[in-house]
Amino acid sequence: MLPELGHFALILALLLAGLQAFFGIAGPAFARERWTSAVTPAVAGQAVMVATAVVCLVTSFVGNDFSVLYVAENSNTALPLFYRVAALWGAHEGSLLLWILLLAAWTVAVALGSGRLPSRFAARVLGVLGVVSFGFLLFTLATSNPFLRLDPPAPDGRDLNPILQDPGLAVHPPILYTGYVGFSVAFAFACAAMLEGRLDQNWARWTRPWTTAAWAFLTCGIALGSFWAYYELGWGGFWFWDPVENASFMPWLAGTALVHSLAVTDKRGLFKSWTLLLAILAFSLSLLGTFLVRSGVLVSVHSFAADPTRGIFILAFLIIMIGGALALYAWRAPLLRSTAGFELGSRESFLLFNNVLLVTALGTVFAGTLAPLISDALKLGTLSVGPPYFNPTFMISMLPLLALLSVGIHANWKRGRLKDSQRTLLLTFVAAAVLGCGYVFGLYSHAHLLSAVGATLAVWIVLSSLVDPIDRWRRGLTLPRAVLGMTVAHIGLAIAAFALTAVQSFTIERDVALAPGQTAKVGDYEVRFEGVRPVEGPNYDAVGGTLVVTRHGAPVAVMTPQKRRYWVQHTVKSETAIRWHRGNNVLLALGEDLGSGRWSIRVQIRPLVSLVWIAAFIMALGGALAASDRRYRTARAVATAPEATAVGQAG
Amino acid sequence: MNRFLLPLGLFVLLAVVLAIGIRHSPEKSIIASPLIGKPAPAFALPSLTDPAHEVRSADLKGHWYLFNVWGTWCGECRAEHEMLLQVRRAGVVPIIGLDWKDNDGEAVAWLTQLGNPYQSVATDHSGRMAIDWGVYGAPETFLVSPEGVVVYKHVGALTPDTWTREILPRVSGLPAGKS
Repeated sequence: MLPELGHFALILALLLAGLQAFFGIAGPAFARERWTSAVTPAVAGQAVMVATAVVCLVTSFVGNDFSVLYVAENSNTALPLFYRVAALWGAHEGSLLLWILLLAAWTVAVALGSGRLPSRFAARVLGVLGVVSFGFLLFTLATSNPFLRLDPPAPDGRDLNPILQDPGLAVHPPILYTGYVGFSVAFAFACAAMLEGRLDQNWARWTRPWTTAAWAFLTCGIALGSFWAYYELGWGGFWFWDPVENASFMPWLAGTALVHSLAVTDKRGLFKSWTLLLAILAFSLSLLGTFLVRSGVLVSVHSFAADPTRGIFILAFLIIMIGGALALYAWRAPLLRSTAGFELGSRESFLLFNNVLLVTALGTVFAGTLAPLISDALKLGTLSVGPPYFNPTFMISMLPLLALLSVGIHANWKRGRLKDSQRTLLLTFVAAAVLGCGYVFGLYSHAHLLSAVGATLAVWIVLSSLVDPIDRWRRGLTLPRAVLGMTVAHIGLAIAAFALTAVQSFTIERDVALAPGQTAKVGDYEVRFEGVRPVEGPNYDAVGGTLVVTRHGAPVAVMTPQKRRYWVQHTVKSETAIRWHRGNNVLLALGEDLGSGRWSIRVQIRPLVSLVWIAAFIMALGGALAASDRRYRTARAVATAPEATAVGQAG
Repeated sequence: MNRFLLPLGLFVLLAVVLAIGIRHSPEKSIIASPLIGKPAPAFALPSLTDPAHEVRSADLKGHWYLFNVWGTWCGECRAEHEMLLQVRRAGVVPIIGLDWKDNDGEAVAWLTQLGNPYQSVATDHSGRMAIDWGVYGAPETFLVSPEGVVVYKHVGALTPDTWTREILPRVSGLPAGKS
């Protein structure tokens, strides 16, 4: 009964999303007050229906109802309760439902927070969100219904994919999706502004906190995914430039550019059409990511069941949403002229460079991700693009970005008078070069140019970022949260740059074959193999190896990597052992039984790798701080300031 | 021309590529090989695990074998790996690997870490051999008869279904399933 109820709730949600879209867009367009005011009830109704559907499916999971196909495919009676709930988003259908739930949550948040927006504008924003939601609900109901029954019911479920049986699963997809879906709010604001035919600085101020919040979630989600790949999957790396990883990284790059260009639109009323385009781009790339992952067009390590019908549906949806938004853009963006100007060397000019470099980076990632597809479509043969392409091309645009950040942070709005801060620039740079190079050359025997550059740029960013807050503090001024958030996020970026270049330069990887009692020397560490013993888990059995790790003879840790065999799916998974020691990350994975007690063992020593994730969380924290600035929650004194450009009265 | 139309134009282009990509993806698994029913291309390539020796097609005559094209750069191959290990454990038919356009060190590490399902692995750095076999994209698996004739080709990761329906019956001399 419950699955049918959930299915029915989903159908009602579809209808309500349709109403929300219609009232939200048609109401303001035809100036019908009653239509416009019907949007909020539709939003509330849709949210309740979506929540009902999710509760129904979760209940089926918790109650081991294997008459539901999706539950039978992704759960098992032996699966712990925690994972039975998380299994909801363990495969395609359920993760779509999660996507819809999060979209409903964002929509409700926008509806609640839209009190100070003009009602026509708010209705348009909610209407566009309704279109997005309608598309996803239709997609789910037409091609990926999670409530399908299995007759006769399975005696037991097929179990959750073992890769996903980790606490990481519980948090990674929801947070990542919150970020993805969050960009739909910026997208809706952009579409509403274009429908309205006007875009003023107030618009940018309303859009900023939503965009920054979505960006912070996406940052967290990507970092968790990377952490999960490293820690749980034991792939021996934290970033593979896999199509699915790129699918989450491309909206992040576009979102980062958007956050910065919104700042210019907010402060100076510039970059209007560019900001609109970035808002469309960020969400389009989220949608494109969904398409790439779920259509089977690109092969990836993230195995979502690929289905061409789904691909065709998403493609159609993509064409309607993105094509529609871009057509609207071609029609309306020419109306939005920026009147003010700025000089080279002003803060605007640096943010322009920032955007150019971020979009360049985005372009290279995009090209690399889609290259296999394009070469396939043009029958040029199968092509696989990997880190040898991505690492250098990405760095080419990122290193200048880091350097420009340290300079641009001192620049004033409007006027390019960098001379005033020449002394600060020089001092911070010299200090950074001394500290950065000193660290790298002092600590690591085999110095590496890349890491020296990375460390110098990182220290420079930190010092430069602190100049303004320290100055404000000395003058007894308060530090607004937006500025504090920016500073924190930039310091996070600096730490990431520092850690990434160090990891790239100083990682040691070795595969060794060891008999019990034998020792292998890897870098500064020695690894002694003590042998293996059987281990039994709740739904798997395993062999666990015992390895004693020492550094120059001094004990570090006893590590026990496992090789697990899950009963139901008959899959074998390597459970790596990971230990942090003096900033180094020691990873051990049990390989193959080579016979007569010998095993192959993979040893990796990575310096500072944990800093990469910490840095990402610091960046996200900065985003959260900035998004919570009160400045965005109080309306500007004069709602339509003279600088606001009202163009095009059509509506 | 209106520069604001440019993004729309680019998007249309992208949509066309994606549409072609979609039309292609279901075909990938059913592309028949012109090699079927013909003698398997002869090869003599350095062995991955023992570069001093060669893996030779001539030595393989007289019994069935699977010829599996893979590479460490190929994501789908990782997904396929567990299935290959199961085939090896079943012990019915040996698998000869062709490590396609790959780095030897990484390939050895891959086999050490994930397990080695292959009886032997030939290396194909230039990609010449893959061209001779008409490889469309890794992974691909060919079934070669004791007479050295290609009797079946599977594109994409080997599935339990293909194994039980197409390969196992042929190897054990039973009539193949629907084909």
